[in-house]
Amino acid sequence: MNLTELTVHELKEKLNNKEITSQDIVKAYVDRINEKEPEVKAFITTLCDEALEQAKKIDEEGDYSSFKGIPIGIKDNINITGVKTTCASRMLENFVSPYDATVIEKLKDEGIINLGKLNMDEFAMGGSTEYSYFKKTSNPWDLNRVPGGSSGGSAAAVAAGMAPWALGSDTGGSIRQPSSFCGVVGMKPTYGLVSRYGLVAFASSLDQIGPITKDVRDNAMLLNIIAGHDEKDTTSENIEKKDYVKALKNDVKGLKIGVPKEFYGEGINPEVKKALETAIAKYKELGAEVEEFSMDVAKYALATYYIIACAEASSNLGRFDGIRYGYRTKEFSNLKDIYKNSRSEGFGAEVKRRIILGTYVLSSGYYDAYYKKAQQVRTLVKNEFSKAFEKYDVLVTPTAPTVAFNIGEKSNNPLEMYLADICTVPINIAGVPAISVPCGVDSNGMPIGMQIIGKHFAEETILNAAYTYEQNTNFKENKPTFKK
Amino acid sequence: MSRSDYEVVIGLEVHAELSTKTKIFCSCPTEFGGEPNTHCCPICMAMPGTLPVLNEKVVEYAVKAGLATNCEISRDSKNDRKNYFYPDLPKAYQISQFDKPLCERGYVEIENEDGKKKIRLTRIHIEEDAGKLNHDEYGRGSLVDLNRAGVPLIEIVSEPDIRSAKEAESYLRKLKSILEYIEVSDCKMQEGSLRADVNVSIRKKGATEYGTRTEMKNMNSFRSIVRAIEYEVERQIDVVENGGKIDQETLRWDDVSGKTFSMRDKEDAQDYRYFPDPDLVAIRLSEDYIENIKKNLPELPESRKIRYVEEYKLTEKEANALTASKYLSNLFEGATKICNNPKAVSNWLMSDVAKILNGKELEPEEIPFGAENLAELITLIEKGTISTKIAKDVLDEMFESAKMPSEIIKEKGWVQISDEGAIKEVVLKVISANAQSVADYKSGKEKALGFLVGQAMKETRGKANPQMLNEMFKEELNK
Repeated sequence: MNLTELTVHELKEKLNNKEITSQDIVKAYVDRINEKEPEVKAFITTLCDEALEQAKKIDEEGDYSSFKGIPIGIKDNINITGVKTTCASRMLENFVSPYDATVIEKLKDEGIINLGKLNMDEFAMGGSTEYSYFKKTSNPWDLNRVPGGSSGGSAAAVAAGMAPWALGSDTGGSIRQPSSFCGVVGMKPTYGLVSRYGLVAFASSLDQIGPITKDVRDNAMLLNIIAGHDEKDTTSENIEKKDYVKALKNDVKGLKIGVPKEFYGEGINPEVKKALETAIAKYKELGAEVEEFSMDVAKYALATYYIIACAEASSNLGRFDGIRYGYRTKEFSNLKDIYKNSRSEGFGAEVKRRIILGTYVLSSGYYDAYYKKAQQVRTLVKNEFSKAFEKYDVLVTPTAPTVAFNIGEKSNNPLEMYLADICTVPINIAGVPAISVPCGVDSNGMPIGMQIIGKHFAEETILNAAYTYEQNTNFKENKPTFKK
Repeated sequence: MSRSDYEVVIGLEVHAELSTKTKIFCSCPTEFGGEPNTHCCPICMAMPGTLPVLNEKVVEYAVKAGLATNCEISRDSKNDRKNYFYPDLPKAYQISQFDKPLCERGYVEIENEDGKKKIRLTRIHIEEDAGKLNHDEYGRGSLVDLNRAGVPLIEIVSEPDIRSAKEAESYLRKLKSILEYIEVSDCKMQEGSLRADVNVSIRKKGATEYGTRTEMKNMNSFRSIVRAIEYEVERQIDVVENGGKIDQETLRWDDVSGKTFSMRDKEDAQDYRYFPDPDLVAIRLSEDYIENIKKNLPELPESRKIRYVEEYKLTEKEANALTASKYLSNLFEGATKICNNPKAVSNWLMSDVAKILNGKELEPEEIPFGAENLAELITLIEKGTISTKIAKDVLDEMFESAKMPSEIIKEKGWVQISDEGAIKEVVLKVISANAQSVADYKSGKEKALGFLVGQAMKETRGKANPQMLNEMFKEELNK
């Protein structure tokens, strides 16, 4: 039995039955990391020794309540006391965080053990993890392909069995798209369900932390741990605590599914489209009511997204100025030089591109034409989603227009890279939750993901829809092949 | 043209630090001083990933300030980011308010030669203070102290209604007193908790258009504000009289040379790229919330002044002076309540106490004694225990120690002699020792009596009851 192939709920059961120890689990993962890291390159920081030590302590205490003794991997833009938070940037190469993010406090409270920090696109800007300053992560299904991004390290680690589950962050698709590319389950919760305190901000009005897991049940379990109001984040909503595992009913009879046809149009790979059609047929077979409809405004979401996200990023990233922490240039003779050279040398090209774009759209004289207009369109997109949810319980779309592309294929073409976000971005603009669940493979054996979108705080509905699909198909059985 | 052909136009932007216990977006203390970088946390140091949480007290204090200055309070307000780079600004943006300030369209009433005048307020908004740069004394660079970063401020912006340096001072003093009365700021200029930026322009009398204005910063006392305005007005008139043009620019006042200096190049004109802070939710205030603050607003100087004239029969001038400082006014009321002699309390505060404050360059809040001490001093005079002259010495002592006047006079042996036998003894002694003066008095020189009384005072080291001395001398000399 290879423990790294098990889901967390399976590990948990074995722990509870004293069939295995926490050290068994952590050792298995450490071995797997040592074996696979050279080809997958998912980690920026590994904490193997610390993890083994913690597992030993937990085994000595013999208490496996909560999630004591279960390991996890964390995207490297979430702060953990005493651990580097690099955001995959030269700017924060040596930044050791002095505090815990709220989600980390919650994981620690559960007794969960941290295996390390996972690779990503620099400051979460990108869709392939190629924009990491440190390394390019490979897709465990085909090492020549990207894992997607920006949470590519998290999705690849879970797919490769280098972490049983992981946390990612999603601003425009950064959890769902890599989950789709790596054949795992990833959710972006409703904006405001999970505290952002301690997540290094990219675009504050869009960012959410979410779970990346092997199956839907694990996803619901991890969401149970991280969801909830936080006084340190005033944008987190004070709603009643729910048990998302209880929502998994394996039943979609009468579920009203809307299929927005704009998400199946130009740019969507035919094999992806076909996989989705098959999935939708499956839902019908399981008793759901499916209807195609039109979401006209959704096509403006991508442009809106890049204006709002870049505007907020240009301001959020101002603090990386070489003064208090982070990278400082060696070349300066005055204050202006410190700013200019530290930021020129510390940030990568994509980050600089977005800062410049964001600075431009907020400048006086351009604000009304870009930022203000984008906010107005954002309201229209939100309204359109609200209108759709008057009729439907969930919406079903592809997670990404294509399967994972080759490393280097799009990294020099920003616009094409941005188009990889076309199906996921509108969801962040509207602030609603969405989950990506595997729904097949293409002719090359690369995974395809289905995106299930729900109304605000209807995580239970989308989890049950995803779970029911997962239980009645066998895509979960597909395992990555590490094709060279 | 002569100088009197020009009209001066002044508008003020006043920053007042709010006296909340904690900072505006985190729970660090706002206390002044402290070792550098000890009153900070990951939030006010702008560590990556931290988020601000608005301190509700800040909103409450700003609403109080708005209500006390006759502003309309916005039911729907928000925080905006003002983006710029500077080492004392850790996030590279200041959280402030741009197009939806908490308070708008108010006014403050001041007095000038022509009577009362309203200075209109454009707005009051909340924002966070920046840190402080300490320049290394060896010239090795600058050190950043973030203790002050995130201390809450209100910015009070006036309309260009002020027409002289003197009016600017009256306006500022009035504003300071209002903020003190409602207890939202301690307004200590020397600690930087009250700061003013002054916009000055000139125009020909009767003109309807405003002239180009300059903005002056870095004034930290009433005196330097008045000096800076006077200097800047002269400078502008000189420029215009010599056919020049005023540049719109920011000037730094230098208190030592008494001059203003240009701070920034025009090409560096900042674009702050204001936009709503996505980390903070909108500020929505209910009618009940505002009503409740209004109901609990402390008495303001204006109404206190009216009360003093009616209740205590003080003159308008006295009432004005006493209510200008909340501390002085509280001292007055406290002492009056105990000794029941408002006129005497007012007189002491406005003459002798004021004189000492002036001499020592102290503000009323620095008076070391309380109302009961002052009340006792007055009671002791009324009862004849001490003379007015001795009382002045006692007051001097009161500024040195926190002791009660009765304790001071006991320790110093300054109790007035009012014993008839003792007075008579002194009088007789003086009469026998000053035959010439006695003769003078008897020959009709009234002045000689003064000399004799003076001698008796000297003999008793000022402790004899002067009225009794006078009477006793007359009685003895007329025998």
